[in-house]
Amino acid sequence: MSDWRMRPEAVRVRRIVGVERETDDIRTLCFRDELCSGASPGQYVMIWVPGVDEVPMSLSTIGRDGVSSITVRAVGEATRTLCGLRPGDRVGVRGPLGNCFTIVGISPLIVAGGTGVASLKPLAEAMKGRGLGPTFISGARSSDQLLFRGRLERLLGDRLILSTDDGSCGFRGFASECAFRLIEEQPFDAVYTCGPELMMVSVFDAAEGRGIPVQASLERYIKCGVGLCGSCAIGPYRVCKDGPVFTSEQLRIVRDEFGHRRMDPSGRMVEVGH
Amino acid sequence: MSAPLLSRVYEGGAGAVVTKSVGPRPRMGHPNPTVVAVEGGLLNAMGLPNPGAGYFTGEIERLKEAGVPVVGSFFGASVEEFVEVARTLAGVGVDALELNCSCPNVEEEMGLLGSDPANVERITGAVKEAVNLPVFVKLTPNVADIVEIARAAERGGADAITAVNTLKALAIDVDLRRPVLSNTTGGLSGPALKPVALRCVWEIAECVDIPIIGVGGVSGWRDAVEFLLCGASVVEIGTAVMTRGFEVFREVAEGIRGYLAQNGFKEVREIVGLAHEA
Repeated sequence: MSDWRMRPEAVRVRRIVGVERETDDIRTLCFRDELCSGASPGQYVMIWVPGVDEVPMSLSTIGRDGVSSITVRAVGEATRTLCGLRPGDRVGVRGPLGNCFTIVGISPLIVAGGTGVASLKPLAEAMKGRGLGPTFISGARSSDQLLFRGRLERLLGDRLILSTDDGSCGFRGFASECAFRLIEEQPFDAVYTCGPELMMVSVFDAAEGRGIPVQASLERYIKCGVGLCGSCAIGPYRVCKDGPVFTSEQLRIVRDEFGHRRMDPSGRMVEVGH
Repeated sequence: MSAPLLSRVYEGGAGAVVTKSVGPRPRMGHPNPTVVAVEGGLLNAMGLPNPGAGYFTGEIERLKEAGVPVVGSFFGASVEEFVEVARTLAGVGVDALELNCSCPNVEEEMGLLGSDPANVERITGAVKEAVNLPVFVKLTPNVADIVEIARAAERGGADAITAVNTLKALAIDVDLRRPVLSNTTGGLSGPALKPVALRCVWEIAECVDIPIIGVGGVSGWRDAVEFLLCGASVVEIGTAVMTRGFEVFREVAEGIRGYLAQNGFKEVREIVGLAHEA
């Protein structure tokens, strides 16, 4: 019979093969999935938590060796359930979905806030694989909230710059402020960012001031994940299919929504929070 | 669904855009999973999420400012609600209305308005009386005799029949041993729906005089021509956007044009229903 089951839009049920505790409320869940092994950095999957919900999650590991992962902060019912899963438990996976980061230039800056690190770690790994040495700002509220610190240090050495809102580790302040200073000091030719939307807006504005192209991974309320339902629209784009990664050119087109407004599940515009 | 996104559909080569269905007040729709790919198509149970007709008028105004022909798809749970929403949409200049009395995913809340000829005639008549616009009535294939419903819509004063909405269906996972969609059942769209939709269009074309809008599994020009030959005057495209992108509209339009030219026809109307003469 045909191979429709291997289409990214079809659901496959996968066993969790490993769980890593990253912080108090963040877990990395590992699973084997052939299609995810072929994903590109920045792509996401729809994770079906049976009986609860199905939610979009960036791939935090693209398992060329077979084991991929998502990294989840417990914020709602679905994510709390995910964070409580153990090896052997099962979830549904649709994907990989959406577009991906495109590596351009030779002197990249990566700016990650909170769980935004999840989609940027595979990007940094891909850059290293191409012989590039990205500078990586990883920001969090406090030192105990910094994700993938050990793995990123091993990968990037002193090009990993830590930033905490409370100053408990590295730069004291927002990751976007840290990025602003670095952009003023060093000749970056591309900026990649994922994290709280207001942080990404600040990073975008700083890069625009210097004429540096940005790729930002946006988040909106995703239902279908395949570009049909319009729930995740931002301007003329669908975050689920045209995104989640948007270029400076596209961000300028949606600048009145980026950092300001987003659609709620009914399709009404509401304000973007932190 | 935002106006700029629908504008992209129009710029992609569509002759007009049909909005997602809007109702009298905001609805969140069903929880996820709401969509899953199945063999030959897609199942969805969105559950009619929409911001409410009053709110959505802003998007329609933006579309009209951009010069986009707009068909306002709408629903209600009663005759009064259908009339109320139709008036709201008509007030902001939609070019036509598509009366959706056939969503398979809201039965528990709204009943099966579209399965009962008397209801369809009553709702269509009330909407036609309330607005001075073309009204298309979108029918469900989940009935024993779709012709009976089409006749009822025609009696109610419908200007066209849209055939068909999705086919009620179900996807189940053998590992979890449970249905995939949160709503349990969903509507089947895409290539698997096409033969059913063609049969519906064929049967309706034999029995009613008003035009038919064919929908269900059109993903290329050949599918569209099949609908035209069965008796549809126009086709709508939805699910193929997933597999073909927004380019599908131009590809289908140009493909139809090419088919007509190669076969010595000048206009689409020359082939509408032609297969009935074979």
